[in-house]
Amino acid sequence: MTETQVWALVFVALTFALYIYIAWRSRVKETKGFFVAEQNVPAVANGAAVAADWMSAASFISMAGLIAFLGSDGSIYLMGWTGGYVLLALLLAPYLRKWGKFTVPEFVGDRFSETVRSVSAVVAIIVSFTYVVGQMAGGGIVFSRFLEIPQAGGVAIAAAVIFTYAVFGGMKGITWTQVAQYTVMIVAYLIPAWAVAHAMTGIPIPQVSFGRILEELNALQAEFGLDQYTQAFTARPQLDVFLVTMALMIGTAGLPHVIIRFYTTKSVRGSRWSALWALVFIALLYTTAPAVGAFTKLNLLDGVQGKAVDALPQWVQNWQATGLVAVSENAETVNSVTNNADEFAAGNADLLVNNDILVLASPEIAGLPAPIVGLVAAGGLAAAMSTAAGLLLVISSSVSHDLYFRYVDHHASEARRLGVSRIAMGLAVLVAIYFGINPPAFVAQVVAFAFGLAASTFFPILVLGIFWKRANAAGAVSGMLAGLVFTSSYMIYTLEVFGTEKHEHIFGISPEGIGTLGAVVNLVVTIVVSMATRPPSHEVQEMVEQIRYPSEREETHA
Amino acid sequence: MSDDVMTPEGGPPPADAGNGWRKEYWRKNLRLMVALLIVWFAVSFGCGILFVEQLNQVVIAGFPLGFWFAQQGSIYTFIVLILVYAIRMDRLDREYGVHERDHDGGLT
Repeated sequence: MTETQVWALVFVALTFALYIYIAWRSRVKETKGFFVAEQNVPAVANGAAVAADWMSAASFISMAGLIAFLGSDGSIYLMGWTGGYVLLALLLAPYLRKWGKFTVPEFVGDRFSETVRSVSAVVAIIVSFTYVVGQMAGGGIVFSRFLEIPQAGGVAIAAAVIFTYAVFGGMKGITWTQVAQYTVMIVAYLIPAWAVAHAMTGIPIPQVSFGRILEELNALQAEFGLDQYTQAFTARPQLDVFLVTMALMIGTAGLPHVIIRFYTTKSVRGSRWSALWALVFIALLYTTAPAVGAFTKLNLLDGVQGKAVDALPQWVQNWQATGLVAVSENAETVNSVTNNADEFAAGNADLLVNNDILVLASPEIAGLPAPIVGLVAAGGLAAAMSTAAGLLLVISSSVSHDLYFRYVDHHASEARRLGVSRIAMGLAVLVAIYFGINPPAFVAQVVAFAFGLAASTFFPILVLGIFWKRANAAGAVSGMLAGLVFTSSYMIYTLEVFGTEKHEHIFGISPEGIGTLGAVVNLVVTIVVSMATRPPSHEVQEMVEQIRYPSEREETHA
Repeated sequence: MSDDVMTPEGGPPPADAGNGWRKEYWRKNLRLMVALLIVWFAVSFGCGILFVEQLNQVVIAGFPLGFWFAQQGSIYTFIVLILVYAIRMDRLDREYGVHERDHDGGLT
């Protein structure tokens, strides 16, 4: 075992033990604890849990790497995945918390109709499953590099730990474990970032100091024949950048595993403050990521530029084993770098570097000591596991609460409800392990799908359901279906899924950005159909009125 | 900020106003929300995407300004927007007597 592996093992074992211990302390005996953590989570802790739930393996492992290769256009992820919290805080969180039940489909079921509830439950399950597969695969990458065990074994260990704390603790166990996972994740992200920033500029605040290297990076990129790093719209046309950013924002606000976290606060007021804390915690990582991307890109290019193939730095060799870094056979010295495997295979670049290794390899590339490298491994796993747990809870609650007890067993006892929910979660874990080990071909497009679907189905009808009393069931059903069909057709048209042929983008609009237009389609159809049909019942309109006010007026109590 | 803000326009409106207070509370809520969303759009989509190239002509501390808004500034702005929303809504709740009695997570 190398020193790095020993440290990785130590950190991973310690943190896993911590998660299991916390879950044991917060095990639950009734459904309110299982689904919404007894609605008793303080705003700051809930904010940390939202942040851990939200920041997935993709945020921790891939995002900085993506930004490093996209340059200025990488900001679609930065703005898209944070701006959604403004929408969530202002348009959804307080109202859904006031109405306060267990799941997102339950709200639309009460507000519109049982049909809408069932459709939403199925969409929630699909969105969450596509997402959870990515988390499982992400965990596998970390394990296979640092512990040098097969990816399947890594996925199984991570799943066993998630299973233990999610099944026994439900939302309550997940919440407190996520608080711990957020802490592990952010420490693991910030320490190497501070160290790299300090080593390169003498200022240990990466958010400030990466400005100092941008000019140098622009110049170096030019020597490699790449676009300037800070030049906008090199990766996508302006229209597409706009649409993708918007789709990621409204998709974020429409994702069931994010929304459901605002059901667990103590009060309506708590949900507003919780949204603030969530964004503060997320921003710590999201404002650091572009700096990590820029520093690592500079280090990387600088380290390999013009080097003979047998004189490349050690990290190149370490990562070659995973297949995520490769050196061209024809190259004698390195003069070009790509993150695109097809381009590399065509012989157009001397060195291939996959996006996903940049954060994990950043301490190695910068020559930091082994314990830090091990810490980063534990952080990557915390990111993957916290998100996977949150998603599994959405799947479990949709299956048991929105489908099974609605249609099969309407009069189940509390103990039985809890038992069925645990079994549903257990099965979901098994399915997730299977797909984590044998990822279906479409995993690369998972992000586009999950966000596009959430943006074009949930978000518009949730907002209209809260802000427009006149919206009715007929409108919501047709709006959701129109958004779903429109968005998924364009995705299938432009992507290679289930063997379909890939077509050119229309007006340069990518499948990641189409969710924005899908949301507009949903919005327009919902409004038009609602206006053409009868208004919702008086009771429903009164319910919408009620969720607008956090509590009864004081004098009615007096 | 203390709890006894009984300024002329503050304090619960007269009881005989019926549902009038509800309309007023909701209108103020919507006005705040729209104002914050305008800033949200202007900073992220405006500075970070629509006018990013023009702003990039200005360089501060090594950052082209449009690039800075896209990768840093908009995120800081989002935090401030939610902070302003949470504080103003706390105040509005209290003004209309619909605030909750816990002091969970707020600054007051």
